[in-house]
Amino acid sequence: MSWLDKIVPSVGRIQRKDRRASVPDGLWRKCPKCEAILYLPELEKHHNVCPKCDHHLRLTARKRLGWFLDEEEREEIAADLQPVDRLRFRDSKKYKDRLAAAAKETDENDALVAMRGKLDGMPIVAVAFEFTFMGGSMGAVVGEKFVRAATLAHDEGIPLVCFAASGGARMQEALFSLMQMAKTSASLERLKQAGVPYISVLTDPVFGGVSASLAMLGDLNIAEPEALIGFAGPRVIEQTVREQLPEGFQRSEFLLEHGTVDMIVHRGEMRERVGGVLRKLSNLPVRGLPEEWEPDLVDVAEQEATESDEQDSGQAHS
Amino acid sequence: MNPNYLDFEQPIAELQAKIEELRLVGNDSKININEEVNKLQEKSKKLTEQIFRDLSAWQISQLSRHPKRPYMLDYIEHVFTDFDELHGDRHFADDAALVGGIARLDDKPVMIIGHQKGRDVKEKVRRNFGMPRPEGYRKACRLMEMAERFNLPVLTFIDTPGAYPGIDAEERGQSEAIAYNLAVMSRLKTPIVTTVVGEGGSGGALAIGVCDELQMLQYSTYSVISPEGCASILWKSAEKASEAAQAMGITAERLNELGFVDTLIDEPLGGAHRQPGETAERIKHALLASLDRLQSMEVSALLARRYDRLMSYGAPA
Repeated sequence: MSWLDKIVPSVGRIQRKDRRASVPDGLWRKCPKCEAILYLPELEKHHNVCPKCDHHLRLTARKRLGWFLDEEEREEIAADLQPVDRLRFRDSKKYKDRLAAAAKETDENDALVAMRGKLDGMPIVAVAFEFTFMGGSMGAVVGEKFVRAATLAHDEGIPLVCFAASGGARMQEALFSLMQMAKTSASLERLKQAGVPYISVLTDPVFGGVSASLAMLGDLNIAEPEALIGFAGPRVIEQTVREQLPEGFQRSEFLLEHGTVDMIVHRGEMRERVGGVLRKLSNLPVRGLPEEWEPDLVDVAEQEATESDEQDSGQAHS
Repeated sequence: MNPNYLDFEQPIAELQAKIEELRLVGNDSKININEEVNKLQEKSKKLTEQIFRDLSAWQISQLSRHPKRPYMLDYIEHVFTDFDELHGDRHFADDAALVGGIARLDDKPVMIIGHQKGRDVKEKVRRNFGMPRPEGYRKACRLMEMAERFNLPVLTFIDTPGAYPGIDAEERGQSEAIAYNLAVMSRLKTPIVTTVVGEGGSGGALAIGVCDELQMLQYSTYSVISPEGCASILWKSAEKASEAAQAMGITAERLNELGFVDTLIDEPLGGAHRQPGETAERIKHALLASLDRLQSMEVSALLARRYDRLMSYGAPA
């Protein structure tokens, strides 16, 4: 979280500045890796993957979900949640003003977008982090929205997919944001116990409190190529250990080698691969849904009933 | 300057030095200096009261890392009996920054897990300044699951600058180790009581801190990032740590006002390190009271309560 905030938002800032400086009008963009000048409509057609060098540029949460989910039957979850400045936090700027500026820049209320929808006909819940909203940092709204998405997935017995892109916990919400790590992890553990699949897709970058909670708890952890992923940011580590970091340190390929992620999937194949995995985990055919199919609600419903019985009897004791 | 006293404690240090000097003189001569010493002692007490009446968040943050502050193992001696330390995560190594084992609290068996900083340089290095690596968190997880099997309540003690930010820690999945503990602790079928005794540093603290009841010593802190870290990012200068400490509300008292704390444990005058035995007594008393409340609950009720508690953090009003 914190380590991460140190490094990542500044990286983001620098890149944005570069981009502005080198792009004369709104139609062209320079690939940060191969420096090819790319025609924006062409880039968007490739979901922000550089057609020349395959570099995965960042994608807004809404574009991400817009492209990942089927076009039909989408429904946004908890869109009305608004951040609250509980501590009246103020550094060089007021937190309130930072929120207002981020909202204006991104057209989002906070750093997470959640939707119920379909992936190739299969009902799922999907959430995506908006990195340009204060570095995708997790405060109370991100935590609450994530939990509502996970709860919906749990109650309906349909898979949850998360696209993480975050610097970590949001410092301006102090301990409230730290506790979102425990809150989101608890909701995922409940999903796990109910046998509902959760896929965590790690996109550039994922650090700190988001990395050390919801992003690492997938039944499968999937990374996009060359995403920067870790607990502490590279600069903090360098300052601590005072040695040069190894080549490719904290990149997706490094994580695959060290056993942290299950696979690296190119953005262009993400829909197909995630869909394929979820269909296997949900015991569905390769395509379509069986005629009589509906989500595996029986077990969940039964479990709910038992749980609530237990709770009722338990609460009597407390 | 006396290194065993913080900046703002220096006037107390000077007075104490005077008292010591006077005592030495008194031993050598026949002059009765008792009265004078008593007077100075009284003055020292008043001075301490005065200084400690109005501490800033930053001063409390310094107290939480005071070089003389008792660590987890110092308390264990006083609070528990019959402690068997258990080592290793069974996969890679034993992490000395995170200590765990079984012990008795007033004869009842419990599992205790906590961060341990080192006292002298050699021990500090061996214990990595209380910053665990993934194997530390995985050992903690192993012990918690063992506690669940044998119906032992889990008592955790937080005192860490944070999880270790190192190359090896990243290679072995620091994030995953922390995340996994958060998930496991949310459903562990036994009471969990967490006591922050010093520094509650971020995810590295929370990884053993998901609990049914949270206790904090008066001069301990709990925070999403260190004041220095926050200052260097948001104020662009680590010098502004004092402002950052204030803004984040990291002290036990402030967090109690915000509703995070179940039991605020007062420290003896001048801080825990002035009377470690008395502090341990107070911790023990609070732990017993807490376990009394929790152990009378059905497990399912306990878990439902823990889940609701987690969900309540930052939930819309």
